[in-house]
Amino acid sequence: MTTDTHHHDHDHDHDHQHGPNPHHQDPKNVDTPPPGYYEIMEIAVRELLIEKKLIGPGEIRRQIEVLDSRTPALGAKVVARAWVDPEFKARLLANGRLACEREFGISFYDDTQLIVLENTDKIHNVVVCTLCSCYPRPVLGLPPDWYKAKPYRARVVKEPRAVLSEFGTEIPAEVEIRVNDSTAMLRYLVLPKRPVGTEDFSEEQLASLVTRDTMIGVVNVSLANKNTP
Amino acid sequence: MTSSKPSVHVVKALGEEPSFKVGDRVRISARYPIGHYRVPTYMRGKCGAVEFVIEPTAVNNEEEAFGRNAGKKGYYYRVGVPLAELWPGYTGPPQDRLIIEIFEGWLERT
Repeated sequence: MTTDTHHHDHDHDHDHQHGPNPHHQDPKNVDTPPPGYYEIMEIAVRELLIEKKLIGPGEIRRQIEVLDSRTPALGAKVVARAWVDPEFKARLLANGRLACEREFGISFYDDTQLIVLENTDKIHNVVVCTLCSCYPRPVLGLPPDWYKAKPYRARVVKEPRAVLSEFGTEIPAEVEIRVNDSTAMLRYLVLPKRPVGTEDFSEEQLASLVTRDTMIGVVNVSLANKNTP
Repeated sequence: MTSSKPSVHVVKALGEEPSFKVGDRVRISARYPIGHYRVPTYMRGKCGAVEFVIEPTAVNNEEEAFGRNAGKKGYYYRVGVPLAELWPGYTGPPQDRLIIEIFEGWLERT
């Protein structure tokens, strides 16, 4: 946003910088639709917080960097380690947050606890947040759009097998489905089953098989995910 | 550090110990407060079993939403309910379950 389009109808010192800001619409870009209600609200609240010196613009930039540094690749490393190191796996299942923080340096900046849910031949875990979009962001980054959308949230608690089937995942009838609804301060990471035929794989090769969706529990890890070198 | 606990008599303050233990049957309250809440409507009034007691205690995030969180912590529990009990007409196998975390203030003993 440039100064000439910056309209203030509240009274305050005008001493903040109007440098480039990735959150602002570029007024020169005519193809960009005008901001919606919530975007305007977000800009207004953010500018007020900055002008009242409750937060600094650098803090928002820093938090975006924090989020950008969190991707499913982190979770994949944790899963691969658990597959090759039974003692680490035991620590991870006992306290997911502590194991991630101490042994990978993956900090839980949002002060949530992490419960790692192990998928086995008898139990298949899947994670949802029916109320909103609770998600283990420290280890997986931002959730996919479908995870936040109402159809997934409403349906997976009611007909999980049908939803999993739409992801291409058929769970045998003798396996127990556990739908884990994340509503509060707990976050869940699924520890998927290690596929057969990976006995000779290195930890790094194993990690390359582990995708975001396998750690939400909507698909199983498959050798078809293997990246060709 | 010794391996055996010294025998002392200590009275724990209210809320220091979890009110429920793994295996306890509980009912999730059927309350409809106005404002921010973290118990989905579909689970209110439902009965289940405590599967996991979350340690350590944590702030009640419903109170936290209103900025009232200083010093007030309590236990969260993971409560499990068979999907066949939750949804009449559930067509999947009987062992399929839903597990959800619920703050202590929402749980009633059955």
